[in-house]
Amino acid sequence: MSSEIYQEFILELYKNPINFGKMENADLHAESFNPLCGDKVEIFVKLNGEKKVSEVKFIGSGCAISQASASLLTEEIKGKTLDELAKMQKEDILQMIKVDLSKNPSRLKCALLSLEVLKKSISK
Amino acid sequence: MSNMNIDKIKEDFPIFKNNPTLVYLDSAATSQRPQQVIDAVNEFYTNYNANVHRGIYKISEEASEKFENVRTKVRDFISAKSEQEIIFTKNTTESINLVMRGWGEKNIKKGDKIVISIMEHHSNFVPWQQLAKQKGAKLEIIDINEEGELKESDFEKIKGAKLLAITHVSNVLGTLNNVNKLCKLAHDAGAKVLVDGAQSIPHMQIDASAIDCDFFAFSGHKMLGPTGVGILYGKEQVLEETDPFLYGGDMISEVHVEESKWNELPFKFESGTPPASSVIGLGAAIDYLGKLGMENIRKHEQIITQYALQKMTEINGVNIFGPKNPEKRAGVIAFTVNGVHPHDLASILDEYNVAIRSGHHCAMPLHERLALPASSRASFYIYNDKKDVDKLCDGIKEAKKIFKVD
Ligand SMILES: Cc1ncc(COP(=O)(O)O)c(C=O)c1O
Repeated sequence: MSSEIYQEFILELYKNPINFGKMENADLHAESFNPLCGDKVEIFVKLNGEKKVSEVKFIGSGCAISQASASLLTEEIKGKTLDELAKMQKEDILQMIKVDLSKNPSRLKCALLSLEVLKKSISK
Repeated sequence: MSNMNIDKIKEDFPIFKNNPTLVYLDSAATSQRPQQVIDAVNEFYTNYNANVHRGIYKISEEASEKFENVRTKVRDFISAKSEQEIIFTKNTTESINLVMRGWGEKNIKKGDKIVISIMEHHSNFVPWQQLAKQKGAKLEIIDINEEGELKESDFEKIKGAKLLAITHVSNVLGTLNNVNKLCKLAHDAGAKVLVDGAQSIPHMQIDASAIDCDFFAFSGHKMLGPTGVGILYGKEQVLEETDPFLYGGDMISEVHVEESKWNELPFKFESGTPPASSVIGLGAAIDYLGKLGMENIRKHEQIITQYALQKMTEINGVNIFGPKNPEKRAGVIAFTVNGVHPHDLASILDEYNVAIRSGHHCAMPLHERLALPASSRASFYIYNDKKDVDKLCDGIKEAKKIFKVD
């Protein structure tokens, strides 16, 4: 049996996340918690002279969807400007995780947790 | 073997006709409803819909009579002494809040002690936490032991308390608490007792008078009834000492510009138009349960629970919380699977049309105590059988395969 949501690359990222870890002196930093399922994501971003993302890390725990999407998002934002980060949308995340969660609003929340954290870090 | 014919029972529940592959293992959240209950609600709206206790025309009289008949059914169902002791509320949560506002705010003073347990649902946790804050009272918490049962050495805490608010059955661990004994301890200490019966009343015979609690709260929707109706049972004398918590029509006997007088029990607590259709549906649910027999239901669920505990324990990496002995628990099983987050497990099971719950089940203090961010929960009722347990176990194994854990 294969699962629609749990594609190989999602599971791979769940087990071996990329950009996983903490960062000292981050320029942008925020965390969030989804109390319903206990998912947690904390993101750290360093910006270079041109205000572009030069380095990014995250730590977190929770379900495969929330954690894989954090890996994907942190990978995606490298080199982006603050403006570009601010423009990122739900659709960008859905494209990265390659699964239709429109009938799964509770799982959509998991998928979007890292985006929410990123937005929070910018607005601080 | 239990003497219940599950296939036959299932035929009474249209949800299974309309979702033939559904394996519903979330009755602890809300039960399904049999056609008999749906029909009773339908009949009310179709044949004698009118506001209760208000009109003097025929259909209003009929609605009022059927409504009050349900109060009598509830009285008999829980062996209360009189209809005066049965108050219709919206749900367990409202029943507990009624006690907090009407009895607690009046009787709990600075420095008083309220005792609850770590396994309480938020609805029997937060009201007391907030009341304690508001009054400067102490909130003390009975812990659990390794088996997920109340720690007996913590019963000491009941000494000197004004109120013990305790669940009959944990909605996570399934633990069946000895509320008869706890009531005795509390009463000896001069405390009143509220029992949260949301998870016990659907599954076993309840005798509120024998338990001897002062209050007993439960919801209709977990015991085959419609949503929107709950019950607060209270001993008559304690209810007399309790203030109303919602003001308005029906709960009043006289209103003057300067003052008002409350109606007699139980109407003092039933303000505004009640959910008449839901109450009438609850009456049909009680009839349905009565026909099956609560003893048979309990026996059936113990058999399923024992089977589930055994089958699930056989799966490598499954951790089950709560008592292992089915005599000491109800059919609610919280568990985790190593390497598969509860949310992911529920998603994968959903692909097989197996409905379980994942998260903290409105019991965050308990999950913190167990050092768990979340758990999965399967719960059983009269329409579940061993095949459902097998499908649950197949799903768990499949999830392990997908996540490549062994
Ligand atoms: C033990 C317990 N208490 C209280 C409640 C709250 O019930 P309701 O949501 O119907 O008010 C529940 C329901 O989930 C429960 O399991």
